[in-house]
Amino acid sequence: MNRLSKVFSGGKAFIPFITAGDPSITVTEQLIYSMYEAGADLVEIGIPFSDPVAEGPVIQAADERALAAGVTVDDVFSMMERVRKSCDVPVALMTYVNPVVRYGTERFMANCGRAGIDAVIVPDVPFEERDELLPYCRKHGITLISMVTPASGERIRMIAAEAEGFVYCVSSPGVTGIREKIGHEAGGMIKAVKDVKDIPCAIGFGISTPEQAAELSCYGDGIIVGSAVVKIVEEYGEDCVGHVAEYVRRMKAAISV
Amino acid sequence: MSKGRFGIHGGQYVPEILMNALIELEQAYERYKSDPDFTAELDYLLRNYAGRPSMLYYAEKMTKDLGGAKIYLKREDLNHTGSHKINNVLGQALLAKRMGKTRLIAETGAGQHGVATATAAALMGMECEIYMGKEDTERQALNVYRMELLGAKVHAVTEGTQTLKDAVNEAMREWTRRIGDTHYVLGSAVGPHPFPVIVRDFQKIIGQEVKRQLAEKEGRLPDAVMACVGGGSNAIGIFHDFIDDEGVRLIGCEAAGHGIDTDKTAATMTLGSVGIFHGMKSYFCQDEYGQIAPVYSISAGLDYPGVGPEHSGLRDRGRAEYVPVTDDEAVEAFEYLSRTEGIIPAIESAHAVAYAMKSAPEMGKDKILVICLSGRGDKDVASIARYRGVQICE
Ligand SMILES: Cc1ncc(COP(=O)(O)O)c(C=O)c1O
Repeated sequence: MNRLSKVFSGGKAFIPFITAGDPSITVTEQLIYSMYEAGADLVEIGIPFSDPVAEGPVIQAADERALAAGVTVDDVFSMMERVRKSCDVPVALMTYVNPVVRYGTERFMANCGRAGIDAVIVPDVPFEERDELLPYCRKHGITLISMVTPASGERIRMIAAEAEGFVYCVSSPGVTGIREKIGHEAGGMIKAVKDVKDIPCAIGFGISTPEQAAELSCYGDGIIVGSAVVKIVEEYGEDCVGHVAEYVRRMKAAISV
Repeated sequence: MSKGRFGIHGGQYVPEILMNALIELEQAYERYKSDPDFTAELDYLLRNYAGRPSMLYYAEKMTKDLGGAKIYLKREDLNHTGSHKINNVLGQALLAKRMGKTRLIAETGAGQHGVATATAAALMGMECEIYMGKEDTERQALNVYRMELLGAKVHAVTEGTQTLKDAVNEAMREWTRRIGDTHYVLGSAVGPHPFPVIVRDFQKIIGQEVKRQLAEKEGRLPDAVMACVGGGSNAIGIFHDFIDDEGVRLIGCEAAGHGIDTDKTAATMTLGSVGIFHGMKSYFCQDEYGQIAPVYSISAGLDYPGVGPEHSGLRDRGRAEYVPVTDDEAVEAFEYLSRTEGIIPAIESAHAVAYAMKSAPEMGKDKILVICLSGRGDKDVASIARYRGVQICE
């Protein structure tokens, strides 16, 4: 069984997101271990980008901190090689497409493979442009994750039919960030996906509280939380690891009833 | 390969949430671009509201002074709102209206596109919100107040470098939040398909008019056409009708800022490499890890790290040339045209004037050179004064 297929095998999955190198690559590595221990089923690691167009203010600020600290994608690959010596946590990289094509798509995916990265999520590559990445992902055994959104409508069938690993369901319109109210569009989206293909669906964007996670998890197979985790990292900096682990434990418990 | 390609460039690299909006836009555009009611209404507005056709003016004093090619100025600065931006905005606003949208959002650098969008929104009774880098709201303060006078809400963008690229980022984020009633009026020939095609089509009237006007005056084609390039909308507008006329040199003038050997520059074609950003594959100023470079130019409208995909395609196949022009050269051209012809150009357009000042003397007297004077310079007077060490209160 590959690492990605075990993500959804033990009940509803909890998937935290952190930005690599915020506040340092050492802390990122510690966060990976401790979030896994605290119950994270997959860890999503963001490659910091100068212009994260799909991101709200919290993750934008994290990208700025990481870039100011001088973190590069090469640092992320080396860190992951260290992680893989002792830890088999499933890992997805979130990156915008420009850092991939500039690095060389072939070289990027080869290094992902070598570093034990299981999947990539590239928000600015929609279905129509997936050939930019897909051949290289396939060649190096990396799963390219597809996204569906409340604005996708009929497109969901087309996207789901070709989806691999799991489907990332965007809960509500807009960029990432903590939302007080999240609509109930996820249910319909996930039904549309599952009508076409039996594939796990994880819901993300806007989720921060255990209550929201519990409520939304009924619709799908997992919950993705970014800004709320990154906010804890922002608040506690170098000392964030314990606080983040505690949060992950609470969120995982909330969806495990 | 996906839609909207110019060689390898172009495409639709946007988050899934925007894909249906782009598809709807493309379908609406395909439907209305040949719809007689739509084209008649746009034509009416261009003539009676924007003031088209714009004049093609023989710059006799400049020609004699430089002693080479005969120089014509395509006077987009005389359009309503003071630049070529109105051509595109009237087209997109009419299209948005046909699509049932009630709200326009736009990015702006120099403020000219923001002013044009605010103007169209006022005219058509639509809501309007403009995103502008905070630094640009300061160096183009006059245009901020103009937009507000026209009823628009101006958001000063404090993210990133606080200039044009950050304004585009923020407008795109806003569009993902509110797609239903909102059309994003992209201001240059950049972004995901179908924007580069739509913007070019609404701007290509510039080159079509030049061709006709020059045929009347000179009975022939020009030898060279020059335009400044930010994202490239005035340039593609004046180039497009000449692309198949192989004898016409097409020259895009990009902003070199302090110089292409410094890090204070926005010379994308000279220094950039292929990347994917703001929805398109094209050339971008970026570092080895694909981080978009913080570019610089005295001109807020050219202070952009990318360039439209059609220009990148024209460059790859050797059909158009792109040259860097520094702040100093542009400011000198700004002052030169003011003194010589009594025309104060936008600092953006002054980049094209500067390159014409260099190349006209090297061309024979029998040659004809057309400069796209994309905008007027009123908005720049205070900042040029500052550049020259003169403090004036606006
Ligand atoms: C007068 C003028 N010219 C040129 C430009 C640059 O845009 P583009 O390259 O799309 O023509 C601007 C942009 O603000 C402008 O205001």
